[in-house]
Amino acid sequence: MSCDEKVDCGRRRLLVATAAAGGAAGVVAVVPFVASMLPSERAKSAGAPVEADISKLAPGEMMTVEWRGKPVWIIHRTKEMLDGLAKIGDKLVDPQSEKQMQPEYCKNEYRSIKPEIMVAVGICTHLGCSPTEKFKTGAESGVETDWPGGFLCPCHGSTFDLAGRVYKNKPAPDNLEVPPYKYLSDAKIVIGEDTTGA
Amino acid sequence: MAASNFEKFKSDGTLLGNVTEWVDARFPLTSMWKQHLSEYYAPKNFNFWYFFGSLALLVLVMQIVTGIFLTMHYKPDASLNASGVPVAFASVEYIMRDVPWGWLIRYMHSTGASAFFIVIYLHMFRGMIYGSYRSPRELTWLFGVMIFLALMAEAFAGYLLPWGQMSYWGAQVILNLFSAIPFVGEYLATWIRGDFVIGDATLNRMFSFHVIAIPFVLAGLVVAHILALHETGSNNPDGVEIKKKKDEHGIPLDGIPFHPYYTVKDIVGVVVFLMVFSVIVFFMPEGGGYFLEYNNFFPADPMVTPPHIAPVWYFTPYYSLLRAVTYPLFGIDAKFWGVIAMGAGVVIFAFLPWLDRSPVKSIRYRGPLFKVLLAIWVICFFVLGYLGVLAPTPGRTLVSQICTFYYFAFFLTMPIWSKLDKCKPEPDRVTFK
Repeated sequence: MSCDEKVDCGRRRLLVATAAAGGAAGVVAVVPFVASMLPSERAKSAGAPVEADISKLAPGEMMTVEWRGKPVWIIHRTKEMLDGLAKIGDKLVDPQSEKQMQPEYCKNEYRSIKPEIMVAVGICTHLGCSPTEKFKTGAESGVETDWPGGFLCPCHGSTFDLAGRVYKNKPAPDNLEVPPYKYLSDAKIVIGEDTTGA
Repeated sequence: MAASNFEKFKSDGTLLGNVTEWVDARFPLTSMWKQHLSEYYAPKNFNFWYFFGSLALLVLVMQIVTGIFLTMHYKPDASLNASGVPVAFASVEYIMRDVPWGWLIRYMHSTGASAFFIVIYLHMFRGMIYGSYRSPRELTWLFGVMIFLALMAEAFAGYLLPWGQMSYWGAQVILNLFSAIPFVGEYLATWIRGDFVIGDATLNRMFSFHVIAIPFVLAGLVVAHILALHETGSNNPDGVEIKKKKDEHGIPLDGIPFHPYYTVKDIVGVVVFLMVFSVIVFFMPEGGGYFLEYNNFFPADPMVTPPHIAPVWYFTPYYSLLRAVTYPLFGIDAKFWGVIAMGAGVVIFAFLPWLDRSPVKSIRYRGPLFKVLLAIWVICFFVLGYLGVLAPTPGRTLVSQICTFYYFAFFLTMPIWSKLDKCKPEPDRVTFK
């Protein structure tokens, strides 16, 4: 801003300073409006753990329970299903579950506490669709001719194995999330709570 | 408003004259009428493609009016009613079944959304073939691109409101796009949803955006779009400036007053449009599952994704751009780059005025290079749109990747090929038979 003799420089400085201060106050006034769009206290507290009865879950079947508004799958894996998991390691992005997509106690080859019972959040790590179960193997599955059984996301074609591990060269970047969970008894699982107190 | 350019109305002594003079002394009535209608000189050689601007305005008004009446009955509430159906979903069915003429107003609104995009796409294509975005109309074009963006946001928010399966899962996918942004993405997505999952908070804010925030922005942008257009004057199918040849009164030789000439012509367009529109509203309001997807007649279920989800047809070309990117780059997920591709696919239109270096504006005088490359681009756009409604397979992904590459290459290499093209000489004045 040029400041020649025709301009009262003192007044101009005052105007610039007050305008800047007013503008800054205006920006601060935006904060409550922006913050009002964040999850409310009620939404934050609505994360209670849920219990699931798995006594009637037959081998080779899965059930879905709702936890924090998301589908959580409980899959009773057969011996063949578990054996198949070790054979496809080279096709997976993260076969060893290096990335923290599961609690520490599920960081094992089956991604579960008990090998046969798999628990995972049924939300694709790509854009949040819920993948469809494709337990049938081979061409019959409609996925691939050498399909060993797993999940196919209908939205963008990501595929996951029966431990929720994502296949390579698919849009989804990560394995399915394993929620914190614990066994109350052999027949009861509680999801959203574990022995570490999380 | 340049009110001083026009003389104030002088009464002839009649009552109407006195009233007009009274108003005109206090409000730029005559000057605005003249500036934008009776003395706005538009080129006399407008053709079929020039219907779509006024039709877009018509559809905008129709969407606002039908929307006002729908809002009287619709309830943005995701909680379940006594029958276990989400209140929002039930209120749309209530409009369809119990509100007198509610079905008509709702189908006009839902079909109107698709009609809006058909009209807008044709309007944009008109700009592309006749070089309407070129200097001095860059701002008109930029306001137009912003209108297009606002319209996409408006359509997206509106599609969530019926709270059907496609509403829910479509929003799930699109809002999760934001989580692909490194570092802040997850936080940003939660902020937009207002919850950790799509829910009542999301539905309510989308309702707010849809009925208040975005319509205001749209209306403002439309006014800016038209004011900018009327500042420079309209382009025409020959792409030559009519303002270069004026008569002794300073009126373009090839210009005719917008009113009555083009108001009357546009009424013909409106009548034909309404005929086609009525056929769709009354006989095929779902548009074969493309205007209203069948899965959206099921209430939203957060536990089950429909076996196949696809956006409504007008988003599918961009959705294909999103899906086409399957490789991670610079250590960032493919998901992020897919989002970038989708956004860039829309925003790249804004750069057209500076990408195009051709000496002529209109396709009539441009060379074979432009015609062939544009034709392939249009084909790619349709192929991407078609693939966007289908489930992905490796073959389809490859095709969409080729089309995506071409889609961007067309724009990015335009500064080179638009200069090389063998153009024909432009005429001095518009051609008119």
